[in-house]
Amino acid sequence: MTAQQNFKQEGSAALLGALEELSHYVGNTPLYPITRLHNKPGVRIYAKLEWEQFGGSVKARPAFNIIWEAVKSGELTQEKRLLDASSGNTGIAYAVFAAAAGIKLTLCIPENASKERKHLLKALGAEVIYTSPFEGTDGAQAVAKELYRSNPELYYYADQYNNDANWKAHFNGTAQEIWAQTNGTVSHFIAGLGTTGTFTGTGRGLRALNKDIQLISLQPESPLHALEGWKHLETAVVPGIFDDQLADKHLFVSSDKAFETLRKAALLEGLTLSPSAAANLTGALALANELDKGVIVTVLADDHSKYTDIIEEYNARR
Amino acid sequence: MARIIIPTPLRKFTSNQANFEAEGKTVSEAILALTTSYGNLKQHLVDDEGKLRSFVRVYLGDEDINVLQKEATPIEKDSIISIIPAIAGGIA
Repeated sequence: MTAQQNFKQEGSAALLGALEELSHYVGNTPLYPITRLHNKPGVRIYAKLEWEQFGGSVKARPAFNIIWEAVKSGELTQEKRLLDASSGNTGIAYAVFAAAAGIKLTLCIPENASKERKHLLKALGAEVIYTSPFEGTDGAQAVAKELYRSNPELYYYADQYNNDANWKAHFNGTAQEIWAQTNGTVSHFIAGLGTTGTFTGTGRGLRALNKDIQLISLQPESPLHALEGWKHLETAVVPGIFDDQLADKHLFVSSDKAFETLRKAALLEGLTLSPSAAANLTGALALANELDKGVIVTVLADDHSKYTDIIEEYNARR
Repeated sequence: MARIIIPTPLRKFTSNQANFEAEGKTVSEAILALTTSYGNLKQHLVDDEGKLRSFVRVYLGDEDINVLQKEATPIEKDSIISIIPAIAGGIA
């Protein structure tokens, strides 16, 4: 083994060691019973409090697994920069792991990302390239791809929209946790589509445990919406990891209804939700109304703390 | 004529056109010209009363029309009106 090879191997082992320590702060989130927004006999709703992880959102799971798999395979080393496009939460999750493990990070973020996200990424030391606010993360992905093409030696392009480590984090983590926390009684899983990793991975994982489980996907009802991270698939670039055969049913959620749930969840359940978390809960409540019996589980991706502007905008309109 | 810049997710409804040349004296009239030309766009931009829907942000140049005169903001022939999603991640 040459000195350079030896150095690289030691670097890789050090990175994996650092990540191993951080793995204790990913997943294993509480399952919260929704009992005041909903109390229909025979139908229960539970929600995973996904903000109780390193980085404060559900994206801890895929971001960690993407980094872990890339380091393990030798694609991401201390010499390379981790590169991806994000609307924010995955970027923040990458940034906390990168800061703690000593990985250099470059993120492509649409310019209209919330101010809190911008501040967090700056504080965490990420290099941020702002992209067109007209094009959302579709445009940010194009910029990231071009950066990678122009200098493939410098970057490891994580490509969360097409990386199997994204949905597998939920297959091996979220789905198993839900199964254990409900003692195998979960009958319906419902979640919004963004990168589609949560729905695809959790859905596949639960179906492997119970082939009869019902999987319901959620989308915003309009292309211009306020559900950060969600995709209106008809008008967006569909992620490569999306499994269009998985869902038993598709429901659509209006931003206004999600914000109404956001308001009520705080007042009645003590849950201060992000708009997309509130949209998942809106979908779960609508589904509960249709059922006579069942155990519905959804995920609450993050809390309200990164959405001050848009929540104020909603409150001003009320 | 004023120019309206259409964001990517709405171009499906404008035959992939990124720009629209609009007649009108106000932002509201320009938006009306746009939704009259592309009828399928209307439901995504304005409510039943013709007012901009929640969470649709419109800029005149670099200024949010909410800090000007909202939909009644006057426009010039060389005005640039931008429709911007309220959030970054919703379209991807």
